[in-house]
Amino acid sequence: MSWLSIVALAIQTAIGFQGASYALAASGLNLQFGYTGLSNFGHVGFLLVGAYGMGISADRGWSIWAGFALGIGAAIVLGLLLGIPTLRLRGDYLAIVTIAAAEILRLVANARPSEPLTGGSRGIGGLSGRLGFFEPNFIPEGRYGLGDSLVFNSRQLWSMLWTWGLVLLVTLLIRALVRSPFGRVLRSIREDEDAAKALGKNVVVFKLQSFVLGGTIGALAGAFIALDSGAVTPSRWIAPLTFALYTVVILGGAGTVWGPVAGAVVYWFVLDAVDGVLNNLWFDVSDTTSGAVRLALMGIGLMALMVFRPQGILGNKKEMLAGAR
Amino acid sequence: MPADGPLADVAAEVGVAKPDPILVVDGVERRYGGLMAVDVEHLEVPRGVITALIGPNGAGKTTFFNLLCGFDRPDAGRWTFQGQEASGVKPHVLARRGMVRTFQLTKTLGRMTVLDNMLLAGKDQAGEAFWRALVPPTWRDQEAANLERAHDLLGRFKLDHLTDEYAAGLSGGQRKLLEMARALMAEPTLVMLDEPMAGVNPALTQSLLGHVTALRDEGMSVLFVEHDMDVIMTISDWVVCMAEGRVIAEGRPADIAGNDAVIEAYLGIDHGGTVTGEIR
Ligand SMILES: Nc1ncnc2c1ncn2[C@@H]1O[C@H](COP(=O)(O)OP(=O)(O)O)[C@@H](O)[C@H]1O
Ligand SMILES: [Mg+2]
Repeated sequence: MSWLSIVALAIQTAIGFQGASYALAASGLNLQFGYTGLSNFGHVGFLLVGAYGMGISADRGWSIWAGFALGIGAAIVLGLLLGIPTLRLRGDYLAIVTIAAAEILRLVANARPSEPLTGGSRGIGGLSGRLGFFEPNFIPEGRYGLGDSLVFNSRQLWSMLWTWGLVLLVTLLIRALVRSPFGRVLRSIREDEDAAKALGKNVVVFKLQSFVLGGTIGALAGAFIALDSGAVTPSRWIAPLTFALYTVVILGGAGTVWGPVAGAVVYWFVLDAVDGVLNNLWFDVSDTTSGAVRLALMGIGLMALMVFRPQGILGNKKEMLAGAR
Repeated sequence: MPADGPLADVAAEVGVAKPDPILVVDGVERRYGGLMAVDVEHLEVPRGVITALIGPNGAGKTTFFNLLCGFDRPDAGRWTFQGQEASGVKPHVLARRGMVRTFQLTKTLGRMTVLDNMLLAGKDQAGEAFWRALVPPTWRDQEAANLERAHDLLGRFKLDHLTDEYAAGLSGGQRKLLEMARALMAEPTLVMLDEPMAGVNPALTQSLLGHVTALRDEGMSVLFVEHDMDVIMTISDWVVCMAEGRVIAEGRPADIAGNDAVIEAYLGIDHGGTVTGEIR
């Protein structure tokens, strides 16, 4: 395989559904962590409920809209359930509770007694067909793109259209929020909760709003991941996904409007390019070996980024340094 | 020198009643393990004047402040603010009612600009509601008015050249100024300042003092913690002295200067050392 096609494949992943779904999920995390300073270490739990909302809806013969409603509803309930008791306490409690909750959700989905609802360890398959996700697809069959490698089929384009469309919508929503007095309060909570309280802000309510909205955005990402792949299995919703999303947020620039988008695109480009190089030029070994090496290289790359550009791709260096003082 | 006006006839006794007090405290206690950090039987903070809260290091002044503002919970006792029950009330509610504090260790919002620090403090902002935040026309006028007020206050505190700087980049003294300006932005009736002069260079101390007296002249009540006796004698109308959690003396500055209990508290505990500028 040529260098060019490796780059082309990496671009395909970065601007394709992978990049879009990570950008969407990371947008929710960016609102919580980047703007409000909430350490949600169980973001994957929100993606999980969004995905299972789709799966369960397909199993019951309900519509795709019921799937969205179920996932979003569950995310709101989850957000309130985790947020109300912990957001009035110190930040560490939220971190502990969210990481545990996400793990519990995955184990429960995986457990045998849950089989009638979640399909247990096998999960739920064939759901995009049953939900008719691709039915309204007006893009004619065919291959779209450049050359041999940077191509998408009509189904991929359909997924991308919806997911990137939603990324745009969510980003504009967050942009409007963070530029308003509401967003100013969120940032003040990130900087110093007590100062915000002393100025009359009901910080618990603001934190709860940010946490629930961010979680709901995560659930939407989960729902689209289920629709695109056509299946939900419990093994997908593990803690490393949360950490990958943190990587995306920090890479792009925490607390910046377009950071999650830039972060997701660059994350997948680098990951896939490294993959391609390892797999096809030197190693030509199984995915599992290069998988470990690729993560190690990703780690080194991130460390380099933190050294040379600690504020992330789109971050403001002055603001970053202000925080370090 | 401040006029003795409304406090002229008030006796210099611990727990003495005052005409029209803004804050009335009864039996407030706060323990840390075996240590009684605060034990105030009765205290009335007068309205419209500057009250200094003094006392040696560890006397319980900051703890008392935290209790009054709702940042900490007492083991016993109650208090009223402007005649309304204030014990057990959340800090943000008290702030909205007009009890606005600053912190001994300044809490400026580092990764926000000086201007954003100010705008945050604006009262009852429509744009802070989630849905209205998305509809700028519902809050734009209020924001413009707040912006004007913020610029005015920043000018008054000589911070106008720093408007767009991140607050983290300010010097210690500038942060104290910003915190006070920000408190004013919240339209308080009682301003509570915890050691506003600590760690500030002498030139800035003078300007801070000017700002504190200006608050009173604009009709606000001020309760502030301070160590420096010269400062206290110059600007306060009433002085409350705490030691080991209790109020041991109250009175006009002149009454306090010659009070044996106060002298003993300072000299006895601090072994004659200076009691200015400590940081904890
Ligand atoms: N969080 C705490 N835990 C234990 N003891 C405390 C705590 N905060 C204050 N204290 C103690 O309470 C007493 C009063 O402290 P403080 O209110 O800070 O005094 P001041 O502000 O007058 O210097 C001191 O003896 C201090 O050591
Ligand atoms: Mg103190």
